[in-house]
Amino acid sequence: MAEQISIEIDGRTCEAAAGEMIIAVADREGIPIPRFCYHEKLSIAANCRMCLVEAEAGGRPFPKPVPACATPVAEGMKVQTRSAKALDAQRGTMEFLLINHPLDCPICDQGGECELQDVSMGYGEDVSRFSERKRVVKDEDLGPLIATDMTRCIHCTRCVRFGAEIAGVRELGATGRGEDMRIGTYVESAVAHELSGNVIDLCPVGALTSKPYRFTARAWELTSEEGIAPHDAVGSNLYLHIRGEQVMRVHPRDNEPVNETWISDRDRFSYEGLSSDTRLTEPLRKRADGTWEALDWQAALHLTADVLRGSDPDQIGWLMAPNATLEEAYLAQRLLRGLGGRHIDTRLRRQDFRGDRADPAVPWLGLPIAELERQQAVLVVGSDIRQEQPLLAHRLRKAVLDDAAVSFLNPYELALTHPARQLTAPPGRLSVRLAAVARALSASAEGAAGSLISGAQPAEAETRLAEELRAAGEQGRGLVLLGALAEADPDYTLLKELAYLVADAAGCRLGFLPVAANSVGAALAGAAPHLGPGAQALEAPGLDALAMITEPRQTYVLWGLSPELDLFDPSRAREALAGAAQVIGCSAFRTPDLEAACDILLPIAAFAETSGTFVNAEGRWQRFQGAVPPAGDARPGWKVLRVLGNILELDGFHYSSGKQVHDELAALCAQTRGGGAQVCDGGTQPDNARRGDYGLKQPLPAPDGLMRVGNVPIYAGDQTVRAAPALQHTPLAEPLALHLHPDTAAGLGLADGDAAEVAQGERHTVVPVVIDDAVAPGAARVPAAVPGSGVLGPAMGPIAVAKADASQLAATQMLGGQPA
Amino acid sequence: MSFRTAPLAVVHDVDKSTLLTPELRAEIDRHVGKYPPEWKQSAVMPALTLVQEHNGGWLTQDLMDQVAAYLDMPEVAVYEVATFYAMYDLEPVGRHKICVCNSISCMLGGAEALLEHVEARHGVAPGETSKDGKFTLKEFECLGACRHAPVVMVDQEYHECVTRDGIDKIISKLD
Amino acid sequence: MVDHQDTVCFRTMRLRPKIRHTLKAYRSVGGYVQWERILREKPSPETLIEEIKLSALRGRGGAGFPTGLKWSFMPRNKPGQKYIVCNSDEGEPGTCKDRDIMRYNPHQLIEGMAIAGYCIGATVGYNYIRGEFYEPIDRFEEALLEAYQAGLLGKDLQGSGIDFDLYTHLGAGAYICGEETALLESLEGKKGQPRFKPPFPAQAGLYGKPTTINNTESLASVPVILEKGGQWFLEQGRPNNGGPKLFSVTGHVNKPCNVEVPLGTPFRDLLALAGGVSGGRRLKAVIPGGSSVPVVPGEVMMETDMDYDSIAKAGSMLGSGAVIIMAEGTCMVKVLANLAHFYAHESCGQCTPCREGTGWLERVLERILHGQGRPSDLDLLDNVAGRIGGRTICALGDAAAMPVQSFLKHYRHEFEHLIEHGTPLVEAA
Ligand SMILES: Cc1cc2nc3c(=O)[nH]c(=O)nc-3n(C[C@H](O)[C@H](O)[C@H](O)COP(=O)(O)O)c2cc1C
Ligand code: SF4
Ligand code: FES
Repeated sequence: MAEQISIEIDGRTCEAAAGEMIIAVADREGIPIPRFCYHEKLSIAANCRMCLVEAEAGGRPFPKPVPACATPVAEGMKVQTRSAKALDAQRGTMEFLLINHPLDCPICDQGGECELQDVSMGYGEDVSRFSERKRVVKDEDLGPLIATDMTRCIHCTRCVRFGAEIAGVRELGATGRGEDMRIGTYVESAVAHELSGNVIDLCPVGALTSKPYRFTARAWELTSEEGIAPHDAVGSNLYLHIRGEQVMRVHPRDNEPVNETWISDRDRFSYEGLSSDTRLTEPLRKRADGTWEALDWQAALHLTADVLRGSDPDQIGWLMAPNATLEEAYLAQRLLRGLGGRHIDTRLRRQDFRGDRADPAVPWLGLPIAELERQQAVLVVGSDIRQEQPLLAHRLRKAVLDDAAVSFLNPYELALTHPARQLTAPPGRLSVRLAAVARALSASAEGAAGSLISGAQPAEAETRLAEELRAAGEQGRGLVLLGALAEADPDYTLLKELAYLVADAAGCRLGFLPVAANSVGAALAGAAPHLGPGAQALEAPGLDALAMITEPRQTYVLWGLSPELDLFDPSRAREALAGAAQVIGCSAFRTPDLEAACDILLPIAAFAETSGTFVNAEGRWQRFQGAVPPAGDARPGWKVLRVLGNILELDGFHYSSGKQVHDELAALCAQTRGGGAQVCDGGTQPDNARRGDYGLKQPLPAPDGLMRVGNVPIYAGDQTVRAAPALQHTPLAEPLALHLHPDTAAGLGLADGDAAEVAQGERHTVVPVVIDDAVAPGAARVPAAVPGSGVLGPAMGPIAVAKADASQLAATQMLGGQPA
Repeated sequence: MSFRTAPLAVVHDVDKSTLLTPELRAEIDRHVGKYPPEWKQSAVMPALTLVQEHNGGWLTQDLMDQVAAYLDMPEVAVYEVATFYAMYDLEPVGRHKICVCNSISCMLGGAEALLEHVEARHGVAPGETSKDGKFTLKEFECLGACRHAPVVMVDQEYHECVTRDGIDKIISKLD
Repeated sequence: MVDHQDTVCFRTMRLRPKIRHTLKAYRSVGGYVQWERILREKPSPETLIEEIKLSALRGRGGAGFPTGLKWSFMPRNKPGQKYIVCNSDEGEPGTCKDRDIMRYNPHQLIEGMAIAGYCIGATVGYNYIRGEFYEPIDRFEEALLEAYQAGLLGKDLQGSGIDFDLYTHLGAGAYICGEETALLESLEGKKGQPRFKPPFPAQAGLYGKPTTINNTESLASVPVILEKGGQWFLEQGRPNNGGPKLFSVTGHVNKPCNVEVPLGTPFRDLLALAGGVSGGRRLKAVIPGGSSVPVVPGEVMMETDMDYDSIAKAGSMLGSGAVIIMAEGTCMVKVLANLAHFYAHESCGQCTPCREGTGWLERVLERILHGQGRPSDLDLLDNVAGRIGGRTICALGDAAAMPVQSFLKHYRHEFEHLIEHGTPLVEAA
């Protein structure tokens, strides 16, 4: 701890830590000091010279004004932020900043929320002394998210520092020197980082603004509502900026333990999906000839109730998106179970459910999000973490910069912005490498895990990794994490068992990276075949998400998902849905696969249109209100379920508010302690201990052919983000392609740019080949959830690849990825 | 953490043995050897200088990118360096560079007249290249040889106390 | 004038031009005796630093900071790498002395750097030489090779257990890299943008390690100080202004030159050494310490001595010792416009006042020079300069401001004339 001292700012005595910068003390005390380059999350540049103040130390005044952002405090220091000298220095800087600034506030998107405008108001000085010609700077195209007006740039370099220090990639730089210094990429490339949009907030002027938002509204027309991001399991805190009934843009809301001051681009720009023309805006019924007929809600709800009532409860399969709200999840399972049904699940991208009985009731991160950056060693098994959980990746990066050792075990090497050890193996073989780590830690076990471990030969990488984990474990700062790629693995249960063994042997904690905004909440709500509300284990579990497809049902409810993009095996899903008697789709979007599969479509409110709660990866319950009315005739999901419950005459569906639903579940969770968890409104802190033994006797037979890796690219994971156009035009939006290790490709006689036919059983399509040595040999990375992927089979599983004719490729691409 | 105090090394997805030429790589390696291993980027200036010389006096984006890849640097960090220092040229230049010092001692010694002379006589203004591609004329800030004003640097050689006749001779001797 | 025998940095000047830069020549004037003594006897660095302090050697790079004191700031006993860096970026207009040290006496710089390294606990040194100095670079590199071959540089030197490696690093054309922290940035493979202080280089310098940066001339003076003693060196100059110093006398003089004369030498003697004002003209003005310092009217200079304190009293600074002479008939508007162009061109661009202000100054001066000045321009220039000076990260801001303010102070009438009549009061020389 730094020594506590006291200093004086503008005559006020302030406590400070020795070595802190003046500006940090002043900020804490609420004493305003103008600044442009300083930002508490970035390194100090001290280049804008706006924060100049007068100071004295040890009774001796500094001869020159000092920058408050870069001058450390010392005992007895006296600072004047508003003295004549300080003000003159600040005015001087302001004048310099304005001479080459276009002063085009009336047409600037930053107008009304511009730090330069705000500060310059405070000085109100005549700037007409400058009569030379103003600088004009050419704009650069930074891609679909960030608009540039570089003539407005004041060279604070916040954006450059953000790239280097937070994002970990230097895309932007300051080229040239003196007056000719320019901020940009120099070669006009689109920025490609999942956090890039944060530079929009960091830019104190209107040089970097949001491209989708551009010229659509003025800051003073907007009202601001609080929101919670609906994609990954961080639950970033948001401000939704609203005009009329529309979300115009999204900004981060500071919450240090959750998202600090950042949000991912996905959370920032997915709001565009809300006004997509693919929104479902009225209840629809499919006529016998396949065309759609609009219904009023009353009729639609009765029709739906009739379908449900008329179905054999055991024949109802209820598939729900894991970013449905807690209230929706809770009411959905109440409704289904109230009818006597059992089959409900949100774990849509998984094939191996053998562990359900032994799993912790609520698999969660295992520690507070902020603790991630304080780990000393972390092993991440099966996660493309930057794509899955951008801000958790950022926390891990911080840990690495603080000297943590981070290792990944994945079917392909990740593009990271920090040093890390990366082990790879194709799906189904990850367990072998993990077993080697367990072996290096002298872990032992029975059954499948045991035989893998005893047969393992740890190489140097595994041995080192084991040592790091053990050393970190001794400090209580070691962690093993399981992510979405592990969850989709054919041998997920074995991976879990090995991960537990590794964590136990190394004294580390074990955590899960829950897939979506409410994956943890879904478990607590009991929207799972093996769990009741409060995450209580059920004696007679229903069918899991995959089994509902492989053992087809007569009636399906699809909640908030598109079956060909959100389910593990789109082709089998298509078949199962086609064979069903009735399919009810409750969705905010109207997608071709839904239209093909459903008989009834009920429009439910999307993100920002409904109140609700998400429980994030660390078990934090974050409740939010609807910020805008639902599109068209859509209705909040929980209300739809409430009315359905009433029509079906189920007990206890007379809720008067969503809050009441929330409170009821919270009370239940408190009772059951969330299936062994401690629950309160502020958070759930379950433990991740296994409830039983996985009891696997044998590892799955090693796959002998190629294994598909159907990762879910960052902007493909849910309906809303898929409907957001700007994100879909970024370099991170992956098209359907076959990525192969050069050796694998050579063995198949394929070269970069070739066309290849990929086939899973009967299902096949033609895709371009990308040679990529990040992919594990023996793996064929063909992303899931992207346009065209719906014709394929399991996201992870055997796949056959053969060279195809280039003309076939053109044909499939023209048809949007559908096979010709 | 500040990128100003820690190098931001990035791994480029290329085979280094395909970059530049073996000779250039060897030369660059010699410079890399002067600095701590984690500070390879310290060699970026000599690397750019070498590459520029090899390329007839100017740098292309591709060459800068190769230097970035070779030294594990972000490309933009190389562009920053290449655009900051006056000795790097990012546009094609003539076979020779004639750099006339325009700072105070040389100005007092008649540098201005020299520049005017070259423009009048050879039709090349500062920043321009002669039509035959023989030379590019550049104004340079103080060349640090002020007691021999006016000073003209021709490629790698200083010419001191240069007169109008002198510069004509210099130009006529260039190939 | 100092007898050749006593000269410090130009010790080898009296030797034959063809060989004077070689190791052999340097040895013949007593070179490397001090370094070898240190390798043999391993005196305590503190006593060596005391000797430098006693000599009153002040930094020759411009700021005149006492070298011994600077060395004593180094945490020499702290474990970890430390560095000595020589600033041979010589770019200050009017200054051309370090170039000649490297051309004529490179070994003395090497010895000085080795000794400095020993004193501050640095086993690695870099000499940052400006990239245009092809000939001096070659000379210095040759000398390095000789020194390595002679076992004067490298590891475990002469069995002493002392290591010292020395490398050159070349600039590529940026005046700002002469500023010590910009130089460090440049050495780290970045553009040369000065760092704000604290931390000072002695705490966190090159690669974040404690570092001392000295000018070429400062370091080259060290072997002689140790040889002849701090007291001797001090006596060559004036109290608090130890030693002889190199002066580059340029501009309107008959014999522009680099001369090494004792600090405190009267300006008129120095002018005489340079052959007097050219064309027999009257002395109009002098910039006594490189283009960054205030201009001093000729008559004032004629009564001033060439040492740090005397020149400060005359309202300027000794700076790098570049003495720029302007004869009667020089248009001061034109000179100032030239200087303003220089600073605008060389501003690194990070600080707002310097980036925006230097260009503003340049444009207004250009306008005045072309007969488009306005009466209000002069106050504007003075005021803008005042808003740059003292408010930037590095001293380039001050360097750009001081000439403006001093020119306006002493030669305001010339500016007024040009503004009023559209033509200069004096024709450019
Ligand atoms: C803009 C600027 C340019 C400078 N240029 C040089 C230079 O070319 N050579 C030099 O030795 N010092 C130069 N200095 C001074 C250095 O910052 C530093 O003070 C000096 O190298 C320290 O060495 P010394 O103490 O031996 O003088 C410059 C300073 C500034 C602000
Ligand atoms: S004063 Fe000028 S040169 Fe110095 S750091 Fe600031 S902008 Fe750069
Ligand atoms: S905020 Fe301090 S210099 Fe910019």
